[in-house]
Amino acid sequence: MTLTLTEKLAILSDAARYDASCASSGTTRRDSTKGGLGSTEGSGICHAYAPDGRCISLLKILMTNFCIYDCAYCVNRVSSNTKRARFTPDEVVTLTLEFYRRNYIEGLFLSSGIIRSPDATMEDMVQIARSLRQDHGFKGYIHLKTIPDATQELIDEAGLYADRLSINVELPTEHAVQTYAPEKSPATIRGAMARVKTRRTLSKDKTHTGKRPPKFAPAGQSTQMIVGADGSNDQTILGQSTRLYGDYGLRRVYYSAFSPIPDSSAKLPLIQPPLIREHRLYQADWLMRFYGFSATEITAARPDGNLDLQLDPKLAWALENRHLFPVPVQTAEKQLLLRVPGFGTRTVQRILTARRHRTLAYEDLTRIGANLKNARPFITLRHWSPGALTDSADLRARFAPPPEQLSLF
Amino acid sequence: MQTVHLPMIGTDIAWRDAARAHLAQGTPPEALLWTHGDAPQTDLFGATAAPNPAMVTPLTVPKPFVDLSRRVVWHSDPERFARLYAFLWRLRDRPALMRDTADPDLIRLNGMEKNVRRCAHKMKAFVRFRDIAQGTTGRRRFAAWFEPTHFTLEPTSPFFARRFADMDWVIATPHVTARHENGRVTFAPGQAKPDLPEDGAEQLWETYFCNIFNPARVKISAMQSEMPRKYWKNMPEAKHIPALIAGAEARVREMAETAPTLPPLRAARVLDRLHQPRDLPELSFDAMRARAEEASRDLPEGYGRIILGEGPQTAQVMIVGEQPGDHEDQAGRPFVGPAGQLFDRIAAEAGLDRTGAYVTNAVKQFKFRRQGKRRIHMPPNRTEIEHGRWWLDLELQLVHPKMILSMGATALQALTGSRDGLLKRRGQIEATPYGPVLVTVHPSYLLRLPDRVRQEDETALYRNDLAVFAGMAAAA
Repeated sequence: MTLTLTEKLAILSDAARYDASCASSGTTRRDSTKGGLGSTEGSGICHAYAPDGRCISLLKILMTNFCIYDCAYCVNRVSSNTKRARFTPDEVVTLTLEFYRRNYIEGLFLSSGIIRSPDATMEDMVQIARSLRQDHGFKGYIHLKTIPDATQELIDEAGLYADRLSINVELPTEHAVQTYAPEKSPATIRGAMARVKTRRTLSKDKTHTGKRPPKFAPAGQSTQMIVGADGSNDQTILGQSTRLYGDYGLRRVYYSAFSPIPDSSAKLPLIQPPLIREHRLYQADWLMRFYGFSATEITAARPDGNLDLQLDPKLAWALENRHLFPVPVQTAEKQLLLRVPGFGTRTVQRILTARRHRTLAYEDLTRIGANLKNARPFITLRHWSPGALTDSADLRARFAPPPEQLSLF
Repeated sequence: MQTVHLPMIGTDIAWRDAARAHLAQGTPPEALLWTHGDAPQTDLFGATAAPNPAMVTPLTVPKPFVDLSRRVVWHSDPERFARLYAFLWRLRDRPALMRDTADPDLIRLNGMEKNVRRCAHKMKAFVRFRDIAQGTTGRRRFAAWFEPTHFTLEPTSPFFARRFADMDWVIATPHVTARHENGRVTFAPGQAKPDLPEDGAEQLWETYFCNIFNPARVKISAMQSEMPRKYWKNMPEAKHIPALIAGAEARVREMAETAPTLPPLRAARVLDRLHQPRDLPELSFDAMRARAEEASRDLPEGYGRIILGEGPQTAQVMIVGEQPGDHEDQAGRPFVGPAGQLFDRIAAEAGLDRTGAYVTNAVKQFKFRRQGKRRIHMPPNRTEIEHGRWWLDLELQLVHPKMILSMGATALQALTGSRDGLLKRRGQIEATPYGPVLVTVHPSYLLRLPDRVRQEDETALYRNDLAVFAGMAAAA
């Protein structure tokens, strides 16, 4: 039975929806005024939003959802009865270009199940990227999900066409990977990430003649791990992210709340995905990358090593470290201002420039865009002092959502 | 009171010129009335004032204000021109005002600038082109209808020109129409919603939109804050949103209630092959050969049969090469192809007795891709080297050599775990769990060197390595 293009697209986009990343930013600037089609201009564009609140920026599809591996959390594992399909490289190229011309997408995010051999699969993926770049002069964004077992030469070639390469670590600990994805090897995954990092470093060095080597995956590499499928706590997860950011220079680590999949394995619970936990992890990740927090600080306060689900991690941290507050906004250092709940990086920047011109008052901060509901107990200003509020016992209760009556049924 | 009329097309330049002229004349903000649009309206109490270009004197304005005004003029608020001019008036005496991020007027203008930027961004995101019949020029033609909140088509059209340079396109809005032909953008007055022909790709896009949605995580407010309802009417995919939301809960319930199905028959077969029990019934040459024969029976496309090493079972030394080639696969023996013959020749010159050694490869199967009638050799990947190492381990346990010669990067990786820096490590002896390993290059490396002189030099080095090994083997 042969499938129509529409049927294949339905199956293979359905299978790709569990990949969280849809970023199309941070690559080199280029456009098509000198030939070809497409452009990338620093920040990416989200062309649509699905009712799950996720943006649709790239055509995110699998080349095939046939797979020889049996990873418990994956809808495409070999033991699942999901419908299978396979695109030819030409079909993927045509879909990408036609969608792009109608301004539906920023580019392509291509992933694949592992079929007969990792090399054959990777070779097809590289062929798609090569054809888009060389035969059609495509200047849009390409994200390739690399297959860690493929030969290094193929990964090296992929990096020449793709803006971003990614390899999923899948689960936060090696033990969890061995339990739920027995065919995958954490060591191989780490090896492939290290290889991409090395190649990226090399591509930035000029040769002795002063020539620049071709760009290699200019938008960097990213990875994804599933949250809530195994028993790891948030401290473990954030610790793993810190290592990934440090060791392999990753641009992003994506957290994907484990969500029930059709025809799921009996090994895993069919629960509502822990969306709030995922959200808190992203917030914590942000604190680590842009606010100078360390993973241990964020989770230090709680004995079980998990983040507080009721409060955002920055507020939770401030409530546990009240001896550092209130902060005088007019004179405090940037590092300290960044730690005030309700102040984002942009607010802090505006405070730093504005306070050179005037003594800031409470209303000034409102206009600047600070979230004073959160910040109020932690700052002092002209005509504003929190008094005993900073140390009051019920401060936490002011922020936490009201207690909820449990359902009786 | 003077009226300044600004046209719909080219508003930014017109405002800049007018503001410059009036500022030079010293017209206070309260004496100006700004109008915008197609039909100039005259103020009941004043005459239309055309700025006199002759009066324009050079004027310095902080650069951030220039950038700010260029965006704010496209806002839909009728007061925008007056607000900009009033702020410019204040800037005359206090240029530093531009940096006071807490000034109420500046905050208001910054807010408007943000509205315009966001509107432009949403335009880049939500314009949907339809394919219209090809013109005579051979370039593909597309058209779109869009209803922006602010007058953002003109400042945003360079983006579309950079992105879609190789096609002709039209974007029509109620106020302005932008037309891109042969790399040039022109503007015309707005129009009513045109009737665009159906486009088959839209149905594919809708299919994609419906299937990329994960019903287990519905977050409607997140979607609406980024894709407000006002845009939905011109986006083909948006008509499916209500049905997707309505059906989500039922789909999740269905997933939960459906009992896990039995895995398909195929799965057992695939997994069996993947997890083949790897221990031999007993550790012997016969058991190993029997297993190799069994594994060679059902070969996947692209791989040759398993070729084990050969030589005396009591050999004192082992020589490990890379991977069987086409010749070896046909003969079923290692080291018989061109590289094997070269090895035999140089080994004889170096005084190394091949017949006394156990000769084998790190990877046991020929790997190839077909090109016409030929089978083109492919290098092994990490998994295949791992796979080959299982066999190599068996051979090492059985032969138990006192010295090992490792030829080439693949053998080096299998024996020492790292293939890096082969040429730096050659000629050295490395300690491994299997015993001392002498590192050298593979004979096929010599065959591939294009430069005659280098080939001779490298051959001499290789011969030297083999002679060293022969000497050590004799001493062992």
